Order: sequence, then structure tokens, then C-alpha cells
Amino acid sequence: MQNDCVVLHLLNDKDTNQLISHSHATGAWAARMIRSTVGLAAWTAAWVATLALATFGPGALWKDATTPTLLAIGVNVLVGVGMLFANKRHLLDLDELQRAIQLDAMAWALGAGVVGGVAWTLYDRHGLVGFDARISHLLMFMAVVYLAGCVAGLRRYR
Amino acid sequence: MRRRLEAVSVRNRLKVLRAERDWTQADLAQALEVSRQTVNAIETGKYDPSLPLAFKLARLFCLSIEAIFQDEIEL
Repeated sequence: MQNDCVVLHLLNDKDTNQLISHSHATGAWAARMIRSTVGLAAWTAAWVATLALATFGPGALWKDATTPTLLAIGVNVLVGVGMLFANKRHLLDLDELQRAIQLDAMAWALGAGVVGGVAWTLYDRHGLVGFDARISHLLMFMAVVYLAGCVAGLRRYR
Repeated sequence: MRRRLEAVSVRNRLKVLRAERDWTQADLAQALEVSRQTVNAIETGKYDPSLPLAFKLARLFCLSIEAIFQDEIEL
């Protein structure tokens, strides 16, 4: 086994007894993760920006004209799809524990969104809430559940 | 013949092996291309690594996987 083992990019500095790592592979992993995180942030910001355009554009910019509104919504959807792919790339670049924590949090958010969303709709349908149930309520609820899941995961493996 | 399902917990010697080589968790994490949190979670037994990561550890320490990880069967 000793003859067959490969020390991965590591050298021992005998003088200082410190580990010196060749950063080719390890630096590439860290750089890839930073790149995918920045990419995800950029796609998310773009999606929010196009959402704002589709939301406020009809009233503020093109006076409820149909074609620009349809275009703005279409662009928002396309950018949203790009954001989904960026999220998937980011997940693949995380290490296995980080990925497990993220997937757990996403699973909780998805489940809470389905169960909570249906319940919220029923509340609204039967007039049990004093205001209209909106999709933004569901998104905020899912975001809170997702964040709580991330925090719980990080604390569990601390 | 019916066998009772047994719970298996896994212990590891990662902290000892790392200390023998005077490596920090950050050094080991960088070598394995994982976060320091992952190394800490493996050392404290809160997380069992995947097979590819276990093989990576074995290659890094020039040991077999069984020399690093031991399973305990709980009846």
C-alpha cells in the first residue's frame, strides 16, 4: 500500500514542519466554487431585476401595452431558467456535506411550500383571512423555511 | 433465515492521523477539496464521508480505508 499510495499535491517543509500544498487542483476547486457562487448571485440579481421590470413596467414605462408586457414576462422566465441552471451548477461545485445541507433545506422549503401554499389557498377561499392570499406570501414563507433549514444544517454539523 | 437489522455506526482516526502529520483542518480540507467544516464534521463523527472521499483520504494518508474508518455494529 505504501508503494502504491499517491500523496495528493502535498509536500512537507521539514524546516518549518508546515504543510505546503500545490494549489493546482485544490485552488481550481475553490476558484470554481467562487465562480459558481458569483454566477448564481448574478443570475439571481438579473431575475429580480427582470421581475421588477415585468411588475412595474406596464404601469410606469409602456402604459399597459400588451406586447412589451408579454416580452418582459418572457424575458423574466428565461432569466429564471438561467438562474435554475446556475443553482444546479453551484450545487455541483459544493462539497458533499455542503450539498447535503443545501438539498435538505431545499426539500424542507419545497414541502412547506406545497403544504403551506395549499392550506393558505384554502384559508383564502373560505374567507378565513382578512386579505387576499398572494404568491409573494408563499415565496416569503418558503424563503424563511429554506434559511431556517440552512442554519439548522450548519449548526448540526458544526 | 431471518436476520435482525443492525445499526452500524462508523468511527474514524482522522484527527489522530492528522495530528501525527501536524496538519491543520484547513490543510486537510484544501488537500481533499472540501470545506473545513466537512473535515471537522468527519472527525467529530457527525458526518460519514462518501466512498470517493473515503478513498481520497486513504490515498492521502497512504492507508487502507479500514485503517482510517472502523464500523461498530449495534444490536
